[in-house]
Order: sequence, then structure tokens, then C-alpha cells
Amino acid sequence: MVKKKNSEVIVIEKADDMPPMPASMGSMRHNKTASWRSIRPIILEEKCKRCMICWKFCPEPAIFPTDPPAIDYEYCKGCGICIEECPFDAIVSEKEGK
Amino acid sequence: MSADTAKKKTVKLTLPEEEIMSPGHLACQGCGAALALRYALKGLGRNTVMSIPACCWAVIDGPFPYSAAGVPIYHCAFETAASTASGITHALSRLNQKDITTLAWAGDGGTFDIGIQALSGAAERNDNLIYIVYDNEAYMNTGIQRSSSTPHGAWTTTTPVKYFKKGPKKNIMEIMVAHHIPYAATASVSYPEDFLKKLNKAKQIQGTRFFHLFAPCPTGWKHPPDIAVRVGRLATETNVFPIYEVENGVYKINRKPKNPKPVQEYLKLQGRFRHLDEKTVNVIQDDVNRNWDRLLKLEQAFGEPSA
Amino acid sequence: MKKVLTGNFAAAYGATAAKVDVVSAYPITPQTTIVEILSEIVADGLLDADFIKVESEHSAMAACIGAQAVGARTFTATSAQGLALMHEMLHWAARGRLPIVMANVNRAMAPGWSIWADVTDSVAQRDTGWMQVYCENNQEVFDTILMSYKVGEYEDVLLPTLVNLDAFFLSHTSQVVDLYDEKTIDAFLPEYNPKIKLDVKDPRSFGALTSPEHYYEFSYKMQIAQENARSRIKEVSAEFEKRFGRKYDLIEAYRCEDAETVLVDYGTIAGTAKDAVDRMRDRGERVGALKIRYLRPFPVKEVCRILNSARQVGVIDRAISFGHEGPFFTEVKAAMYGSQIPIWGFLAGLGGRDVSIADIESVVTHMKQNEPSNIIWIGVKK
Repeated sequence: MVKKKNSEVIVIEKADDMPPMPASMGSMRHNKTASWRSIRPIILEEKCKRCMICWKFCPEPAIFPTDPPAIDYEYCKGCGICIEECPFDAIVSEKEGK
Repeated sequence: MSADTAKKKTVKLTLPEEEIMSPGHLACQGCGAALALRYALKGLGRNTVMSIPACCWAVIDGPFPYSAAGVPIYHCAFETAASTASGITHALSRLNQKDITTLAWAGDGGTFDIGIQALSGAAERNDNLIYIVYDNEAYMNTGIQRSSSTPHGAWTTTTPVKYFKKGPKKNIMEIMVAHHIPYAATASVSYPEDFLKKLNKAKQIQGTRFFHLFAPCPTGWKHPPDIAVRVGRLATETNVFPIYEVENGVYKINRKPKNPKPVQEYLKLQGRFRHLDEKTVNVIQDDVNRNWDRLLKLEQAFGEPSA
Repeated sequence: MKKVLTGNFAAAYGATAAKVDVVSAYPITPQTTIVEILSEIVADGLLDADFIKVESEHSAMAACIGAQAVGARTFTATSAQGLALMHEMLHWAARGRLPIVMANVNRAMAPGWSIWADVTDSVAQRDTGWMQVYCENNQEVFDTILMSYKVGEYEDVLLPTLVNLDAFFLSHTSQVVDLYDEKTIDAFLPEYNPKIKLDVKDPRSFGALTSPEHYYEFSYKMQIAQENARSRIKEVSAEFEKRFGRKYDLIEAYRCEDAETVLVDYGTIAGTAKDAVDRMRDRGERVGALKIRYLRPFPVKEVCRILNSARQVGVIDRAISFGHEGPFFTEVKAAMYGSQIPIWGFLAGLGGRDVSIADIESVVTHMKQNEPSNIIWIGVKK
């Protein structure tokens, strides 16, 4: 019943591996949601003014507040909010799997 | 953090940087409810214990044996967000964990409909908890059925286009204000700084604190996920969803659009309103105008003396 | 310390002696005085607890669940319609593995409105995963509440308990109850300190979406816990007897050793049956009575051990499963499966109809004169 760190997948082979009640043992970080994506947002470094609005409005969150901000493509679901909300058109959309 | 993102950070942020909620959760693309909890936990911090009834977040958080929220969660029966939270907050106080915030986190169905009795009970007792309804205006988790929060004119799977939702949504804020709780506020995921400011204020108050949080739902409202934040913003810019707070009975409107946009600007972005004719749009516009005027009068009558 | 107490006071004093942290309850006749006395006890500072005066029984159980999940010891009490309203939450408490203790004053279900004794209310909660005890007198109510916390809180049990007492026959009838002394009780019942709970230092979600891949095993673990409870109940009863001098078990056999006829009963009918047995014994009839205390976990072995030496068995139920028969009769028959001993199913006292010593004697007379059958209504005006 020891909790696993971060993105580890938890293997339950038998009832004894489980707590008495459905109590979580790990993080949803193991669930890489990149495969949900049909479009890929790309930050154009030269156009980016570092306003961090993209970071602010990411529902995953899958944008790191770095300089310049960086998208975490392991988790980005491609909702496109960052593209829509960027006041400087500094994030463009690319079709996934191109 | 991967290698290419480990760059030096010099940027200025308008919200706390720490992410308590983790990615990998099961919210749809562009989900307002996901943004909602991300902000709520930024505001309330790790010393928070939550009750979550049946609602989108019962799924978003992930199945056993995983969780995305990063704080303790008690998944509870549909109608018990408030009553479970009452038990939690009394136990925390009894066991000398008084610095921990109890957060009841429910959808509009669990608040406006099935959970309103328990919520009313907790508010009347003024139990020490924060109740946040993230409002996406229908039973979205079960697949878009109307709730008493669904607005006039909207399509849902139980209010088909031929017989769309008739009548305005319940005014949950006024219901809560009528309980004489110390703090009630509206907020929107499109204005996170305002939401965080209110959370910080609420955290300092003892008793029942209520938030009506507007959370667009691309899946149920039938709009593309990328405009979720814009749709939320338009709800406020058209006065469909005013941003205000009521502290100890004192009204304060936090955002007053100088030139409110016509409601059509908001409605036309969403497939759930696509069937509406001009007459119905006018009914909605009249309703919005009336509610806004009423709110202004409330602020005039019961606002801060200086306002 | 001995006091003259009604069953409801015994229940409230039991929760007080168990030093519960949170009480959450809603009034309903005939449970009301439990809520009233606990309000006073908490207000007077005699119990260091929070009493959440909720707006419904549904919320009462929900609040107990939230509080118990944080690590508080909780108590509530209800009856009939209130218990029915709580039904959904009973599943939440049991599958959440929260050892809440609830007193239920057994009362008939409406319509028509009845406030009198009948166990349909609690029997209808049979499959929620709760342990269920049926008490015969007020001392047993007090003692059972104490023992139920101890049994339920074992790590290999972690199950809630419903402590049942008959409306008015116990709830409003005064009897002498020994309340013991605080030190002995504290030595018997240690503090509740669950390993897994709502804890910001160990943040977990509880009760999330659980797929068929795991739900089945959680059900399996519930059953193991109920089975563990059987031996824990025996163990705790033995310790209780050592400390307090009163003997309890899953069942109580009265003059069954050489009995040809054994009457199976529960609740207050068990007390009446003992008197009836004494009278019949005085007449030279070899009759005994077997009181079933636990409906869940059901004491299959213990019941069989007693009944297997009888020539005939009669079960007296204060409830009926419509379309079938008396609920305890079904249980006893199933436990006796494969035995050739004839067994009769009697119904008596539904909706609070008095069950007299003569009624119990008539059961034995009926068994002498008739072939076994499953539904025999004692005293019904057909």
C-alpha cells in the first residue's frame, strides 16, 4: 500500500496489493495524454513576449513558465487555448503526425 | 521537467507558480472544470481536503489507483458534497488540524439540484468550509442533460432543439446570500486573477464561503475547445455572467463592462444555442438586462457606503 | 456506576463512554431522546465532541462518513424512515471501510405511519456491508456500542456496525444499566487511529472510479473483513467479559443443552421467550431458546452447533420479506441446509403488536400439532 512516486504505473496482481478501500496509490502523471492531440501548438520564440498567458490558461497544465515558455508535449492534449489566447500570435498550430 | 525546458526563468507570473494538480487527468480538451481546480488549488494550497460528489471531476481525477488533484479527496454520493464536507471540517477541528481548508467541489447538478438540501443545511449551520460549484450548466458527466442551471434557450440531450430549455437558470447566488453566509462570490475561469484574489479573501474568513464559478464546457456547449476561455470572457462581457461578491451582505460588482456586448456575441459561438431565432435571443437579452439592472440596484442599496 | 436508563439513554451513554469525536444526527421518533441527551452531554462538556445538527438522516450519515474518513470516531442514531433515507450512505460507509457505529431504534415502515417495533427497517439494510446486532435489553445496548467500536476498528475488519434496539420495548423502557467506570472502559477501548485517512501529508483520493478489474477484489476484501469480524467479535466479547463480567457472543443459547424444541428469536422477543421457556420447563417440556445477536456476520456455525442437537426448530420473526417469509427464518434454514431437523417459520409482533409469553407458548403448541411450514402468522385476524 506504499504510494508510488509521480509517473509510475501501479501493478496490482492480487487483492493484498490493494488497500481496504479504493484509496489512490499514485498520480495520474503516469497517463501521458499526448496521444489525444490532433494539433500541436508551437511557440515561436522570436514572437513570444513572455506574457505567460499561455501558461495561465492551460487546463492540463502542460506549459512550463520558463523563458520562453515551453510546452510539455507528453501531456499537451492540443486543445488550442494557448494559440487562441496568445495576444501576439506567437503560438502556431501544426497538424499532429505530419 | 525535460532538458529543453530547463531554461532560466525570468518571467513574471500573475498566479502562484506551484502546480498542485497534475497533468494526465481525464478532462476533455479545453475543459473549464480542469482550469477551475487548477486555479482553486493554486489559491487554497496543499493544506486542503476536498469532497467531490458525482460530477465531471469524479472522472477527471482519474480511476483507482490514481489521482490527479494532489490533495486528499473524498469521493462522495451525488447529493453530499456539503454534508460530507461538514463532517470533514468538524473532524479536522476536533482533531486539532485547524489550519486545513475544507473544500466541497461540486458541479451544477450536484449543487443547484440534488445537493441543494445538504448545501442549505451546511450554510444555515455556517459550517467552516468553502463550497465551490463549477458551473457548466448541465449534467455533463452523464452526457449533457439539463439541470436547473441550464440557461433559457439551450439545447441539451433532454431539452432537444424542438423543445429547448425554457425558463432562466436558478439564481444560486441569491439563494446562498439568503442564508446569511459571510461570503459568496461569482468567479470565472476566464478571470483567474480575480478568482485567486477572492479565494485568498475567503481563506481568511470563518464559516461557509460559497463560490459560483463559471466553467465553459466545449463538449456540452458545442464550441471548439480553443475558445473555452474566450466564451467565458464573453459571458461576462455580455453580462450573462456578472462577476460580483457579497461579503456579510455587502454587494460589490467586481467587473462592470463599459459597453456590454450583445448576448448574441456569446450565444453565436456555441452550438447549444444555434437553433435560436431572433425572438428568443431578444428574450435572453431582456433577461440579461433585467438581471444586470437588478444587480446594480442591489449594489446601490447594499453596497459599500463609498460605492 | 449503575443507573436506571431507557434504551435510548443507554445508547447515548454508550457513545459518550466510547468518547466519540463527532456526532451527527437528525431526530426521529422513537430515537429522539438519543439526539436530545447527546446534545445535552456535549453542551455540558461531558463529551468533548462536535455535534453536527444536520438537516436530514442522509446528511447525518454523510457527515459521519466525512468525519470518520479524517480519523474521527463518529456516532449517529436513527430509526425506520430515517434509516431508509440513509440507505445509499450505508453502502458508502461500509465500502469506504469506516467503522462508524449507529444505533437504530427498530420501527415499522410507513404507510400507515407507525412508530412501533418491527425490524423491516434494519433487515432491509442487510446487504450494505454493515455488521448488525439486535439487542435484548438496555445493558446490552450500552455494552454492544462499546464492543462495536472495538470490533469495527480492527485493521482486519474496518466495518461499521448497526446496533438495533426495539422501539419503546427498549427505547422508552427503563432498566438498570451498569455504566462501569471510565478507566476500565478506556483500557478496553483504545483511541481510533486509522492508517489510511484524509491526510494532507499523504494525499490520496478515496472512492474513485473503480473498474471491473479492481471492484471485484474490493468486494472480496469486504467479505474477508466480515469473516474476520466473526472471530474478532468472539475475542472482544471474551475480553469484555474479563473486564466487565458480562458474557456476549454472536448468539445466546438459553436452556438449549437438552432441549427437544428450540425457538430461534432476536431483539426483545428473546427476553419474552426466556420467560416462556422457563414456564414450559416448569411443566416438564424440554424447550430452549436461541437468541441471534448478529444478523451480519451471520453466525452459521454457532447456530448449527445449537440447533443440530434439537428435534425441532421454530423461528420467530418480527418482519417479513414480502413474497417469501420471515428474514431470519430464511437465514436459519440456509444455515441448516442438509439437516433433517424440521423447522417452522413464525411471524409475530409486526408493527409493534405485543408478543406475549402465551404467544410464544402457542408457537410450541403449534409445532406439536402441525407439519412444518414457512409462514405461520401468530395472532393474525384473518
